[in-house]
Amino acid sequence: MSGHGAIVSLRGLRKSYGVGTPVEVEVLHGIDFDLAEGEFCALIGPSGSGKSTLLNLIGLLERPTSGELSIAGEATRGLGEQALTRLRGRHIGFVFQFHHLLPAFTALENVMMPSIIERGVATAEAEATARELLARVGLKGHENKKANQISGGQQQRVAIARALSLAPRLILADEPTGNLDTQTADDIFALLREFNRERGSACLIVTHDPRLAARCDRQIELVDGRVARDGR
Amino acid sequence: MSRPRLPFEFLVALRFLREGRMQTALILLGVTGGVAVIVFLSQLISQLQASIIDRVLGSQAHVVMRPLEEANLRAMPEAGSIALVEPRAQRLRSIDQWEAMVKLAEVQPRVVAVSPVVSGPAFALRGRASKSVALLGVDPDRYRRIVKMDTYMTRGTFQVEGSNAIIGVELAKDLGVTVGDKMYLRAAGGRDELLQITGLFDIGNKDLNRRWVFTTMKLAQSLLDLPGGVSNIDITVADIFDAQDVSDRLQAGSGLTVESWMTTNSQLLAALRNQTVSNNLIRSFVIVIVALGISSVLVVSVVQKQKEIGILRAMGTSSNRVMGIFLLQGGLVGFVGALVGVALAWGLLVFFSTVYRSGDGAPLFQPQLDAGIALSAAGIALVVGVLAALIPARRAAKMDPVQAIRS
Ligand SMILES: Nc1ncnc2c1ncn2[C@@H]1O[C@H](COP(=O)(O)OP(=O)(O)OP(=O)(O)O)[C@@H](O)[C@H]1O
Ligand SMILES: [Mg+2]
Repeated sequence: MSGHGAIVSLRGLRKSYGVGTPVEVEVLHGIDFDLAEGEFCALIGPSGSGKSTLLNLIGLLERPTSGELSIAGEATRGLGEQALTRLRGRHIGFVFQFHHLLPAFTALENVMMPSIIERGVATAEAEATARELLARVGLKGHENKKANQISGGQQQRVAIARALSLAPRLILADEPTGNLDTQTADDIFALLREFNRERGSACLIVTHDPRLAARCDRQIELVDGRVARDGR
Repeated sequence: MSRPRLPFEFLVALRFLREGRMQTALILLGVTGGVAVIVFLSQLISQLQASIIDRVLGSQAHVVMRPLEEANLRAMPEAGSIALVEPRAQRLRSIDQWEAMVKLAEVQPRVVAVSPVVSGPAFALRGRASKSVALLGVDPDRYRRIVKMDTYMTRGTFQVEGSNAIIGVELAKDLGVTVGDKMYLRAAGGRDELLQITGLFDIGNKDLNRRWVFTTMKLAQSLLDLPGGVSNIDITVADIFDAQDVSDRLQAGSGLTVESWMTTNSQLLAALRNQTVSNNLIRSFVIVIVALGISSVLVVSVVQKQKEIGILRAMGTSSNRVMGIFLLQGGLVGFVGALVGVALAWGLLVFFSTVYRSGDGAPLFQPQLDAGIALSAAGIALVVGVLAALIPARRAAKMDPVQAIRS
């Protein structure tokens, strides 16, 4: 476990909330694991075990209280907000449980948004990629619909297309199928798997569904802020 | 509709504004109203002031030089009535070496015209009518650059020679004369002369239309018993607000009594200044209120957009760019509000120019928009918009993206 060739590398990662206050609580008590490039991994565990917290740390949305966290071989300790933002934009795609799309924008614009943020404007190339991705997730013809004018399953497909739009090396999905019916959940999961195989994006997927977890290459189980099981 | 063309920050700022329709409409309304009030008031006041000053200076020299002894006797032209109502027994005096004084005035910087004037009280007689008047002996070519007589002529041209006279329309009516008729003029000293009326003028001031009688300098000198002399020297300066400076310098250089229109109309000037001060006060209040309005609405919008901000952050938007998005919203609202506000102010000016009329029914001002006033109002609106957005924008930048995503 050297961390070499890993897209994510965690060493003794701890996270406390309310540091310095009477309600200080440690949520993650030292997490160690590597996620290899292209790995398709489930993150499971009971509610409140710290799965979302861990995902947000890896996604550079929050900073660990202590421990080491490297993304694509770059140590993140001591990096400023700008550097973290750049690292996040370049390597990481998010899929959230509540398919957080921007309601003021169309499906196409939502998928293009990471590229617009990265380049400053929408390029023709980004549009072509976004259209292709939307077609791939089965939303051809829905490009110009506003994000809140399509169904929940469709919104989650848009979110997946968006997460993939810059071909990130890491996709972080927090219960991507959490509020979808079984059939739709399977479809979404299949999509992630497809992109993982095709493009080699590593995926870390939080799920409560043992069925889906079993279909991943690897399962990491968190219990009370510790890795209780890590198996393939 | 396909790919958006705007840069990221503009794109998001505009969508956010469009999404919060009601709020956007509200602050736009506030900015528009504020800009309209400021532009309208500034323009109205500046034009009314210009119009008042124009009226005052339409029949008055910017600077007048006269002999020292007469300092307390306000001679023609600007307060001729006083000298005329109580004609002085004492003989009028001439300015010593007035040709040299005219030269002195002419070489002063910012002086554009100098006209020696022979003036004094007299009576215009015809039949049984006798009217007290002010006799003004002038060189028309010089005097028309002091008072724009050419624009006031209703009959004939502003030219005098021999025993010609040009009188006002009111005097003509009082005496029952017109161009081509004759009238007697008797000076206070008792000398008189039969004058041929060759022109009529209407200065827009009944008093002056009744009193002013123009003749040649020579005729006035002989009637007023001022052989070869002049009673005052009238001066026009390039910028009317330079008059006091020029007057002070001439006073020091000539030793004569020199007065500018700013001294003789000091009360008017004080009133105009007060008006300007209260205008600035109103302006400041409006700016503060509009800024508070923009600020508070944007603060609410930042809270409402918490989730969107979190998503944007998760997709790689730095907190500085989030801040930029909200500053831009303030700037955009300020800019658009300024455009509409200036248009609205123009509409108000056109409307009120037909409502505000002077006694004779002529519009008190013509609707016009100074590029300076419009541009500065627009600039202020833009800056105020951005500044007002500063607090909300910083809040947006500081917002914790995780908080938004978890909920
Ligand atoms: N901002 C915070 N302040 C204090 N405690 C927090 C904060 N965020 C999370 N926690 C706590 O950290 C623990 C882990 O939360 P987390 O959301 O990571 O759990 P989870 O495994 O994702 O649960 P679930 O399966 O319900 O989503 C919980 O006990 C939660 O109350
Ligand atoms: Mg969770």
